[in-house]
Amino acid sequence: MTVEAAPAWAALPVLAALLALASAAAVLDAASPGGTAGAAPRGPARAARPLAETARLLRQRRHTTAVRDGLLWQVGVAGPVVIAALMVAVVPFGGQVVADVPVGVVWFNAMDVCLWAVVWLAGWSPDSPYPLVGGYRYLAQALGYELPLMFALTAPAVAAGSLDVGTVVEAQDGLWFVVWMPVAFLVLLVGVAGFSLWGPLGAPGGGDVAGGVFAEASGVDRLLLLAGRYALLTAGAAMAVALFLGGGAGPWLPGWLWSLLKTLAVLGCLVVLRGRLPGVRPQTVVRLGWVVALPVVLLQVLAVSIVVVVEG
Amino acid sequence: MTLDLFLLLAAALFAVGLYGALSQQSVVMVMMGLELMINGVVVAAASFWYFVAPAQPDGQVLVLVVISAMTVEMAMGFAVVTLLFRAKDVDTTDTAAELKR
Amino acid sequence: MEGLLFWSPAVVAVGAGIAVFRVDSMARATYALALSFVAVGLELLLLDLAYLGVVTVLMMVMEMAIMAVFMIMFMMNSAGLMPMSMVHNRRGALALSVGVFLSLAAVALLTPWPERRGTVPEDPTRSVGTGVMETKMLVMMGVGAVLFTTIVAALVLAASRSRYDVRGGRR
Repeated sequence: MTVEAAPAWAALPVLAALLALASAAAVLDAASPGGTAGAAPRGPARAARPLAETARLLRQRRHTTAVRDGLLWQVGVAGPVVIAALMVAVVPFGGQVVADVPVGVVWFNAMDVCLWAVVWLAGWSPDSPYPLVGGYRYLAQALGYELPLMFALTAPAVAAGSLDVGTVVEAQDGLWFVVWMPVAFLVLLVGVAGFSLWGPLGAPGGGDVAGGVFAEASGVDRLLLLAGRYALLTAGAAMAVALFLGGGAGPWLPGWLWSLLKTLAVLGCLVVLRGRLPGVRPQTVVRLGWVVALPVVLLQVLAVSIVVVVEG
Repeated sequence: MTLDLFLLLAAALFAVGLYGALSQQSVVMVMMGLELMINGVVVAAASFWYFVAPAQPDGQVLVLVVISAMTVEMAMGFAVVTLLFRAKDVDTTDTAAELKR
Repeated sequence: MEGLLFWSPAVVAVGAGIAVFRVDSMARATYALALSFVAVGLELLLLDLAYLGVVTVLMMVMEMAIMAVFMIMFMMNSAGLMPMSMVHNRRGALALSVGVFLSLAAVALLTPWPERRGTVPEDPTRSVGTGVMETKMLVMMGVGAVLFTTIVAALVLAASRSRYDVRGGRR
């Protein structure tokens, strides 16, 4: 399938799709065991928990700390949602992409590096110990998963011979990249979990530091931070679909619907796995990232490069 | 958009960085000044590539080299500051004056 | 329109650069510098350098995120809650940097720069990629060696213990 630039108004439905998928992730997260609904009884009330929480946070009065750095706090709170939207802008839905950037893969990477700044600022600015610990944990973990994530993004770009996400989707016409780059796919998903503070890599927002970067957030601020987390997870899943699962390719249904369905499936896996995997301490993340993930993903890129050279 | 405008921007960034590098006492703030000066060099190299010789990749490669020079500067700078701080509990340029004589 | 596209990031770049040395909080200073780099990345996008522009943003935001940790570690008063002055020879530095700006600006405006030779290639990213792998390969191999040396040297200088006491030793 071919991918081309969409008209400017397409930004709105894509943004709506991002928020809808993020909400779906929140509902699924609440409904699954070990999720945000905690010990609430099973049933529809459990799944409706995110809705009730949203309503509560919208009405809650914000509390602040004594000497908060207001400007940096606003950057930290609004950052995740904005960055998720900027990530999705370069992901093709079906045959259309909102921002036809020729270096979309690098763009996605640059956006996830901007999260280093944003999440650390959200931890720093309240001038409170637990968020600060969370912010530093995020940086430490990022040092562990970022390099493997970079090379995981490199593998499909090498195979397609382009940094343009649309061209990568087109290059998967015969065979999805996940089939012959499973390692890169898995590493990308771990990276997505890392930059979304998710599951085993959720230590920056962990319960052992009273919620870490979320600890001092209340009211609309908290809503934005939590929504940003689900939105980031969604953006990461959408990128994984475009790079490894053939984008909008599929029989019968229109392309954009296939993109949405595949993204929903990857997102669902990420959400369901959250409560079923043990948490990993940040120092272990760094050690595993450099000693295990980096060499393995480098071998994956080497294998891909050899295939590309041999095939010509 | 002309070469002159971009070079003026580069000169302004370079001068602001130079002011910081000369006036700050803390070693880490001096490094911030150096980074800002190199930032100006990036702008100058890129604009020379675009406005003078866009057909060859030389200008672009220069930008890549400058960016890696920046990372080298930061890594070595922090290593030296950490060493200084551990050895003498010092982090300002005025107190680290062994090289003066 | 084109003027606005150039001037707004340019003003942000220089303004954020000045802010670096004027704010009290080290977090604000570091991220002001990051903002300056992001603005310069946007300027590179104007010059058809999509890859280098985005890579500048990527590298510099990452570098500043790490820099902030060191700034806060080494600076007294890192949150800027008790403003204090950490400058020396302010007037001399100001005079010198204004002088340097004026002379650089004079050079930029008065030099008859050569005419443009050739045109921007269709894909500048591909052009730099092939450049790095063909005519400029030696340069990049040199850079690679320097970067590796830097990793080793920085670790040797900064680490307080060697590889033989990974668990901490008798310190």
